[in-house]
Amino acid sequence: MIYRVSKLSTYVLVFSLLGTMTARAESSEAKQALNETLDLQMLYELVQKQGQKIEQLSAQLAAAEAQLTTTQQNVAITEQQLASTVEFVEEQTSASAGGSNWWDRTSVGGYGEVHYNRVEAEDSNRDFKETDIHRYVLFINHEFNDRIRFFSEFEIEHGLVKDTADGSGNGEVEIEQAYIEMDLNDAHQLKAGLFLTPVGILNETHEPPTFYGVERNDVENILLPSTWWENGVAVSGQYSSGLSWDFAVTSGLKVPTQGSSAFRIRSGRQKTSNASAEDLAYTARLAYSGLPGLQLAATYQHQSDISQISGDGLDEGNLVTAHAIYNNGGFQFRALWARWELEGALVEIAGGDEQSGWYIEPSYRLRTPDLGLLESVGFYARLQDLEGVRVQDQFEQWEVGMNFWPTDNVVFKIDYRDREHDLAGASGRDFKAIDLGVGFQF
Amino acid sequence: MQMRMIIGFISILTVGMTCTTWAGEAPGGEQQYLAPASYVKQAFGDHTPGQSMLWPDKTLRAELKDVLGHSPGLRFKYWGAQGKTVWILDEIGKDRPITAGVTIEHGKIADIKVLVFRESRGWEVKHNFFTRQFANLWLSPSKRLSAPVDNITGATLSVKAMTRMAKAALLMHQHTPQSTGTLAAAR
Repeated sequence: MIYRVSKLSTYVLVFSLLGTMTARAESSEAKQALNETLDLQMLYELVQKQGQKIEQLSAQLAAAEAQLTTTQQNVAITEQQLASTVEFVEEQTSASAGGSNWWDRTSVGGYGEVHYNRVEAEDSNRDFKETDIHRYVLFINHEFNDRIRFFSEFEIEHGLVKDTADGSGNGEVEIEQAYIEMDLNDAHQLKAGLFLTPVGILNETHEPPTFYGVERNDVENILLPSTWWENGVAVSGQYSSGLSWDFAVTSGLKVPTQGSSAFRIRSGRQKTSNASAEDLAYTARLAYSGLPGLQLAATYQHQSDISQISGDGLDEGNLVTAHAIYNNGGFQFRALWARWELEGALVEIAGGDEQSGWYIEPSYRLRTPDLGLLESVGFYARLQDLEGVRVQDQFEQWEVGMNFWPTDNVVFKIDYRDREHDLAGASGRDFKAIDLGVGFQF
Repeated sequence: MQMRMIIGFISILTVGMTCTTWAGEAPGGEQQYLAPASYVKQAFGDHTPGQSMLWPDKTLRAELKDVLGHSPGLRFKYWGAQGKTVWILDEIGKDRPITAGVTIEHGKIADIKVLVFRESRGWEVKHNFFTRQFANLWLSPSKRLSAPVDNITGATLSVKAMTRMAKAALLMHQHTPQSTGTLAAAR
C-alpha cells in the first residue's frame, strides 16, 4: 500500500511538477506570445504612425513642388518683364534707335564764335578795337530713311541785320547749306541743293574748335573764298584705299568788273540768292587719306564766264588748289596753295588775271588731363602769302597763337598777327593785331 | 544755258550710274557694312558662344561714364569665350550714331570695325587704313589707349567716337570671365 501510495505520490508529484512546469512553460510562452503580440502591436502602431507621417510629408512635398513650379513660372515672367523693361528703356535712350517719329530722325547742332580784335596799323587812322559775334550757326538735319537725308545750315553773322537803303547793313542772315544727300550704294552719294563747294581745308570744316587762329586764314577767305556755297548737283565716292573724289555742277561766281572790288574773287559770291546761272561752274576734287594722319587733296574748278556777263572783259576763270595735312600724335602740319587764272582783256589790264596765295601752319596740341579744367592746349604758327587783285589783298602775314580747349567742343583762342603789304603805297595798312576769341560747337 | 544745264545734269547722272555699276553693288540699303551677327561669327568662327550680358555695377558705371563722356547704358551685350570678347557698341560722332564691332582678346584690341555709319562726314573711319591704328592697343590704368590714334581733319568727332568705343570695350572686357585679369598680361 505504502509502495502504491508512494508510487502514486510520485506519480502525482511528477505529474504535478510536470503540470506546473507545463503551466509555467505555457505561462512563459503565453507571456512571450503576449509580449510578442504587444511588440507587434507597437510595431504596427509605429508603422501606422510612420505611414501617416510619410503621407503628410508627401503631401507637403507635393505642395512644395507645386509652389516651386509656380515660383519658377513667376521668375520666368519677371525675367521677361525685366528684359522688356530694359529693352524699352534702351530704345528710349539708345543713340542708334531709329524711332518711328520724325523727331527721332531729326538732329540739331550748331556752332558760334565771338571775337575781339585789337589792330594797330602803321597808319594810326586805321587802328581799331572791335568785338563782334562773328557768327551763330544752326544745323538742322533729318533722315527721311536709311538712304536719304537732309542737311541744312542757317547762319546769322555779326549779331543782327539792319535793313538799310543801300544794303550796307552789317549783319547777314544766310542759308549756307540746304541739300538732299542720297546713297547710291555703300561708296557713292548724290547730293542736290545748296551745298559747300568741295575746295580747300576750311570751306567744309570750319567750326571754331577745329582750326587755329581767331580769324580764318586769309588765303582761303579771299581766294577760295570761304565760306563758299552754291546751288547744284554733286556726286562723290570714297574707297577703302583712302581715295575719294567729288564732282559738282553748280551755280558759279559772279565776279564784278567795276568798283573797288573789281575782279575780287570773294566779291563774286552770289550766295544762291537769285543767283545768276548764265554760266555754271564745274568742280572736281581728288583726295587721299589712306595713310593714318595724312590728307592730300586737289581741286580744279572751271567757269567759262566768271562774271556771268559776256563781253565785259572778264571771261573764263580756272581755279587750282591743293593742300596737305599731316597729323602725328599732337603735332599737325597744314599747307595750302591756291591759284586763279582769269581771262579777259579788262582783268589782264587790271593785273587781276593771276591771283594766288599759300600758307603753312605747324601746330602742336597737348592733352592735359591732369589740369582739371583744361582738356588740351595747342600752339600754332602760320605764315601766309596772298597775291589778290586789290592792294590790300597783297601781303605777307605771320602769326602765332594758342587754343585752349576746356572740352573738345569749346575753345578759347588768342593770337598775334603781323601783316606787311607788298606795295610800298599800302604800307599804311600794315598792322599788328592781338585777337581773342571764344568758339563752340555742338 | 539751258542746254548746258541739261548736259551737266545728264553728266552727273551718268557718272553716278557708272560708279554704281563699277562698284558692283546695287543702290539702296542703309550704310550697314556688316551685320552685327556676322561680325560676331567672324570673330569666333564655328564656335560662336551664346550672348552674355554685362550689368555694370556702380564703380564700373562711373568708369564708363568717364570713358564715354556720358552715362552708360543699363547693360551691355557681349559674346565671350577663351579669353576673347566681342562687343557691339554705338556712339554719336558729329550728330548721328556710329555702330561698331570691337573684339578684345587677352586684354588688347584684336579688331574694330564700323558696322553702321550714319554721319555726313568722317567716312574714313569706316576703312581699314584708319581702324588698323587700334590693333593691339590696350587700356592703361589712367583709362587711355596705349598709343595715340591719329586724327582725320574733318572727321574729328567720328574719330573720337571710335576711340571711346575702343576704350569702353577694353574696360568692360576686364569685368568678364574672359579677362586674363592683369594689365601685365595684356602688355
